[in-house]
Amino acid sequence: MELSFLILLIPFLSFLVLGICGKWFSHKVAGLIGTCCLLAVAALSYSVAFEYFFQTERTAEGVLPTLVPYNFTWLPFFVEGLHFDMGIMLDPISVMMLIVISTVSLMVHIYSFGYMHGERGFQRYYAFLSLFTMSMLGLVVATNIFQMYLFWELVGVSSYLLIGFYFTSPAAIAASKKAFIVTRFADMFFLIGILIYGFYCRSFGFEFNEAGFAQGSFMLPTALVLMFIGGAGKSAMFPLHIWLPDAMEGPTPVSALIHAATMVVAGVFQVARLFPLWIQYAPEALSVVAWVGAFTAFYAAAVACAQSDIKRVLAFSTISQIAFMMVALGVCTEWATGHEHVGSLGYMASMFHLFTHAMFKALLFLGAGCIIHAVHSNEMSAMGGLRKYMPITHWTFLIACLAIAGIPPFSGFFSKDEILTAAFAYHPAMGWIMTGIAAMTAFYMFRLYFGIFWGTENKELHAHHTPHEAPWTMTFPLIFLAAVTCVAGFIPFGHYVSADGQLYDIHLDWNVAGTSIVIAVASIALATYIYMGEKQPVAEAMQEKFQKLHRWAFKRFYMDEVYQYITHRIIFARISKPIAWFDRHVVDGFFDFLAWGTNALGYQIRGLQSGSVQKYAFVFLLGIIILLLIMIL
Amino acid sequence: MIHLDYILIISAVMMFAGIFGFLTRRSTLAILLSIELMLNATDINFAVFNRMLYPEGYEGYFFALFSIAISAAESAIAIAIMINIYRMLKNISVDELQKMKW
Repeated sequence: MELSFLILLIPFLSFLVLGICGKWFSHKVAGLIGTCCLLAVAALSYSVAFEYFFQTERTAEGVLPTLVPYNFTWLPFFVEGLHFDMGIMLDPISVMMLIVISTVSLMVHIYSFGYMHGERGFQRYYAFLSLFTMSMLGLVVATNIFQMYLFWELVGVSSYLLIGFYFTSPAAIAASKKAFIVTRFADMFFLIGILIYGFYCRSFGFEFNEAGFAQGSFMLPTALVLMFIGGAGKSAMFPLHIWLPDAMEGPTPVSALIHAATMVVAGVFQVARLFPLWIQYAPEALSVVAWVGAFTAFYAAAVACAQSDIKRVLAFSTISQIAFMMVALGVCTEWATGHEHVGSLGYMASMFHLFTHAMFKALLFLGAGCIIHAVHSNEMSAMGGLRKYMPITHWTFLIACLAIAGIPPFSGFFSKDEILTAAFAYHPAMGWIMTGIAAMTAFYMFRLYFGIFWGTENKELHAHHTPHEAPWTMTFPLIFLAAVTCVAGFIPFGHYVSADGQLYDIHLDWNVAGTSIVIAVASIALATYIYMGEKQPVAEAMQEKFQKLHRWAFKRFYMDEVYQYITHRIIFARISKPIAWFDRHVVDGFFDFLAWGTNALGYQIRGLQSGSVQKYAFVFLLGIIILLLIMIL
Repeated sequence: MIHLDYILIISAVMMFAGIFGFLTRRSTLAILLSIELMLNATDINFAVFNRMLYPEGYEGYFFALFSIAISAAESAIAIAIMINIYRMLKNISVDELQKMKW
């Protein structure tokens, strides 16, 4: 606990060293520095987690305490009692996030040795990874919402830097700008929410200050919804999801770390962090979260069914799964009531799914990285039949697909089942919607799986360049994460994280679990029937029959075009252009006139500077005489 | 003893002769001479005021001596500048030295 500040300090130092002196290091040294620092961070995180979960005394009510090993006032305000703090706070969800982030980040660091081998800017890449890890860890251990916001922006910056890592490719640059602008736009609402919260509550802490609140009873829900918009931007909720699929232009390990496992769940984490406020003061507004999540989950799953770029499929599946977590938080209806707290089951379910999803989605992305490494293309058309060439990738990918589809005993089954139970407890309609989306998840994941490892093989390409299994630096993380995926479901997660902090035994509701298993198996069977064979008559027939639907889904229901229309035709043409005209002609014109006037005046009087010394002396003399006269008279 | 007025008249004549010369002569050398004239006029004033008003003190004499030393150094620099100008332009008339303007 006392060493917990090192968790933030070590990656920061690693960032400084690699960022400043990186170019003098060889690739191997730079990578080793980054990886060793991460190893230390992971070891520290595990020891903190062990100490926190197993050696800390629970309070009298059986709740894990919230520890604040470090906290100091950074910026005091003139307003009494209002100040920005920096510090480290340990509570069940932040410690859980420490484990997730350090594990996935360590795996990605090891993996990148193989994936980024010989890449130009290798040292820079590791420096940015360290920066990202530092900021993400700082975000989760934040003691107050302002510190969270600071690190929130830092993860945004490191995401921007890493998406644009291949800065010679125009697509990567466009994607990094898009990601930065969209999330920044959402963060503006987050900031407004923080300021409203600070103004009315006289505090930036997560504990609620009743006294300040009396002034505006509807302001707290407003502030929370505004903060949720910020979270929705980071977590790619509809309609702010457009940046995430494009963010796949970055290196694949980056997608695994930032755009699948850690940064994109920051929005979920933020809602979970503010959950006591939501549930006590704005329970109606929580349904906004639930429905936004449900719609996003459906939309992303529908799009994922039609994409052909494997990283895009995974990106949309990430959006869909994060939306599951949002739904789980949104369907909570009441503050925990004793042991059977069905009303706030979603909180635990959401955190559990966050944990398991981070592991198996990182595994999927790293597997996709191995595949891309082998065939040098993101398109499914370049793949097919790869199971023969890369057995380790194949088996680990299959495990992750089974986990995300919700097949026991893999981890995704347990967490998704808790989410479905929570959704059914909220409203049967929500429960069935989410079950349907879970079925779609199983379908598109197995469409992807069969498209890569079975299906129609691109023999011509593979004969030209035989795909090969990746080096051990890349397969080791796959195996490790696959092992985690196999066992994570059996962790008694409710003992560590639950809405009220009490011990909660996860018990499967077999009505829900049975339904979801049956539906998932049916979807997988359907995907097998359609996509497994060498020839795929059903797939072609379906594509023929639902041509329009397929086209819409493939084009992501034209959301990017809608944005393009709104920004270019409406905002740029109707608002920005007139403002630009005013700036060019009126504002600039005024200053141009000033400059021109000064210039013209200068031309008029420059004859006085004749260059003749004697004239100057004469003027000087005249001046003296005039001064003398003035002084005498 | 010579009356103070006569000496002051002489120094005033020297001063204005210097100013006139400075403003009207073309040759840079003549302008330098005019400057020396003005300086000498002030030196005379220093000496004479010291003598007439504060006979027990020496500050005025010292200041005059100091000013003579400074003017010697100054003429050395001025002449060096003139030599350089002459080398470049083959001329030291101030009418021709009007390049540094605008």
